[in-house]
Amino acid sequence: MNKYIYILFLFATFLLNAQDSSNKQKTSFKVFGNCEMCKMRIEKAALSLKGVKYANWSIPENQLTLIYNPNRIELLDVHDSVALSGHDTSLKEAPNDIYNELPLCCLYPREEKTKPRYK
Amino acid sequence: MNFKFYIFITVFCLNILKGQEVLTGKIVYQVERETKVLQGANVYWLGTNKGSTTDNLGNFSLELSKKSDRLIISYLGFSSDTLKIKSNKKIIHFLKEDLSNNLDEVSLIQRKKTSKLSFTKTQNTILVDASELLKAACCNLSESFETNPSIDVNFSDALTGTKQINMLGLKSPYILISEENIPMVRGASQAYGLTFTPGTWVESIQISKGTGSVVNGFESIAGQINTELKKPFTDNPFFLNLYGSQNGRLELNTHLNRKVSEKWSTGLFIHLNQRNKKIDNNTDGFLDTPLSNQVNILNRLQYIDPLKGWVIFYNLRFLNDQKQTGQLSFNPNIDKNSSTIWGSEIKTKRFDTALKIGYVFPEYPYKSFGLQTAYSNHDQKAYFGLRNYDIFHESFYSNLLYNSILNNTNNKFKSGLNFSLDKYVENIDNEYFSRTDKNFGAFFEWSHDNIDNLSFTAGMRIDFNNNIGTFITPRLHLRYAYNTTTVIRLSSGTGRKASNIFAENQSIFGSNRRIYIEKGNNPFYGLLPEKAWNFGASISKSFTLFNKSANLVFDYYITRFNNQVIVDLEEEGRVSFYNLNGSSSAKSFQLSFDVDLTPQLQFKSAYKNDIVSIDYKSGTKQKQLVPKNRVFANLSWKSLKSINDKQWLYDITIHHIGNQRLVSNSLNNGISQSPSYSILNMQLTRVFSNSSEVYVGMENFGNYTQINPIISSELPFNANFDSSQVWAPVLGRMIYAGFRYKF
Repeated sequence: MNKYIYILFLFATFLLNAQDSSNKQKTSFKVFGNCEMCKMRIEKAALSLKGVKYANWSIPENQLTLIYNPNRIELLDVHDSVALSGHDTSLKEAPNDIYNELPLCCLYPREEKTKPRYK
Repeated sequence: MNFKFYIFITVFCLNILKGQEVLTGKIVYQVERETKVLQGANVYWLGTNKGSTTDNLGNFSLELSKKSDRLIISYLGFSSDTLKIKSNKKIIHFLKEDLSNNLDEVSLIQRKKTSKLSFTKTQNTILVDASELLKAACCNLSESFETNPSIDVNFSDALTGTKQINMLGLKSPYILISEENIPMVRGASQAYGLTFTPGTWVESIQISKGTGSVVNGFESIAGQINTELKKPFTDNPFFLNLYGSQNGRLELNTHLNRKVSEKWSTGLFIHLNQRNKKIDNNTDGFLDTPLSNQVNILNRLQYIDPLKGWVIFYNLRFLNDQKQTGQLSFNPNIDKNSSTIWGSEIKTKRFDTALKIGYVFPEYPYKSFGLQTAYSNHDQKAYFGLRNYDIFHESFYSNLLYNSILNNTNNKFKSGLNFSLDKYVENIDNEYFSRTDKNFGAFFEWSHDNIDNLSFTAGMRIDFNNNIGTFITPRLHLRYAYNTTTVIRLSSGTGRKASNIFAENQSIFGSNRRIYIEKGNNPFYGLLPEKAWNFGASISKSFTLFNKSANLVFDYYITRFNNQVIVDLEEEGRVSFYNLNGSSSAKSFQLSFDVDLTPQLQFKSAYKNDIVSIDYKSGTKQKQLVPKNRVFANLSWKSLKSINDKQWLYDITIHHIGNQRLVSNSLNNGISQSPSYSILNMQLTRVFSNSSEVYVGMENFGNYTQINPIISSELPFNANFDSSQVWAPVLGRMIYAGFRYKF
């Protein structure tokens, strides 16, 4: 019977752990792209940063939804990381040479160059 | 001096080269968010005659012009663009289609595959959608795997004609068969449970090879099959299917779905089937297929609130199934348990109810709770000649699940608790067996995905079982994408199972074999629980063959039993059940090859080799009636849909079944192997519109049958009588037709 209690206890700790959501923030912003491959690249770029819990890029809306810990990461860092993977965001534009190397299906029409650009 | 001169020359030359700077670029366009290259587009400098065209990759290169920095790009049917070029940096430019001057639209439609190996899932999973289920006459789940090479459909016995399925060379009790993730075909329903889910109710099927996930229990050894039923919220408001076959089988399926409110919807699914035509084509005096009737009613209630994150399903189901078989002249009202005319009746009443509640935290879409509870009450009463077999099985199942992430969504976990209670009462010729299995389990499963080339699922569960004891079940599945077209999968894990020897081997009651159980001081009929390890490896490679997209998959799985309940039919006139003493393993190799010959024509094929070797008391042998070799091929054709949705669909499937080992008996005169044979099935469907279609088909076109399926059919009360040794169809060529209507 002790084991049962032990297991229940373990399970309960998980639940408690899960309730700890005080330092999480949800946001979303525009990221340009087309396809499933873009989705993988964009989400990977966002999740590669410590402090990003969740990243989901929607293909039809071109919107990246994030859940992150603002104490550990600045939102602008996510824009940087995504832009450096080759995808323009609402704040940052991808470097031309990285954009040029994207596979054909991921080439997206670019807006007029009004945003800051990496050299 | 010389050195300086060289530097001067070099710099001078570089300057000249710079003067002839080349601009490179790529011209593309988009159709519905899909980027494509534009070959043969004209690129030239404004006001000059210097220009170029793009190659088959859309690339061009052009010297910079001194006269102009305006680059014009044009292509027929597209609006021309003028770009201001400041440097020779590579440009990628999108041309827009000129809609004012629309030429004939050419659109490419890639055909959706109806069953495919998932490329991204960690487990070796085959997804089968509803349109694949329409390819066979499949009237119920047991018949829906005939166009799928991963699952083998066998004929379990000559009496009931029930089809049993095999996976990796192992029988269905070693497969965890669940309905919407609640284990369903188990215990008392093991023999006929697959025939209790009508094919039209099924939305999709997921088949995973290997032990699978720990979330649904410890019972899976060869694989898991999960069926998703149609959801009232998304299914058509009305569906009707009528089916009739040459041998007198009639079926009716109807679905009625209603949205009660924005969040609540309800569905009523009714299935009726009947066969009342006595058929004895092989003139052995026995029915080739049983007389039957089934009433199967399911009521579903679905609640969805996407904003608040709640999903609720409630199912209520009632089934009444009756089968009568045996000698042609048998009349159950007069001849029940007669010792002169052999006959049998199997009557099943089953009641199922299930409640599922799911909650997804609206702010945290990766976090969710799930509660699944199910209760079933299965009451089967049967007699086979002078033998009686009744089983009553009451089952309660519950699973509480919590999903979330570790650090970020690259690392997800599922954890939870299971509780299940199974009560069995069996009566075999007035000998009673009763048992209660109580199981409490806790599990944790970690899924890692690096969103690139590696993902794995590592699961562990601990179970406390009143009959098996306390034990741990570890399972691991790993997927590695070697490159974009090659995926390697590995899996290993254990599974355990209580062997319900009578329910799982009901076909032995259709024989006069005497039953011997080597009882020890063990919980399951005096026998030990079964335990096995399963290891698997799979490589799938997609490539283009003569410009056609093709797919090649190698699978190899080994199942090793640490303990197994051996069903020994080697000696005539008796069946013995005993614990494995020695080794028992199933080694299954599968090579499959699929190719899209044209966008309308698809070819699938597979070769399978199953070595199922068991140490019987009488020596090590291939399991009886498991063919070592099988070949499968399917060709499916779809005409292009006409404007008013008219379409033709045609499917042809060949199964080649290799030699099967036969147990010795008086009839086969020392012949120890069945001959190999092939079966050809086909079906033609005419779609009239989005709402109605008609289909006709033929099963067993070559009319191949086993001539004497029942051993000692002339003396059914003789000790040698046995209807369970069936290696080929009993029914010959069969034509069927049906229609479907929905709105």
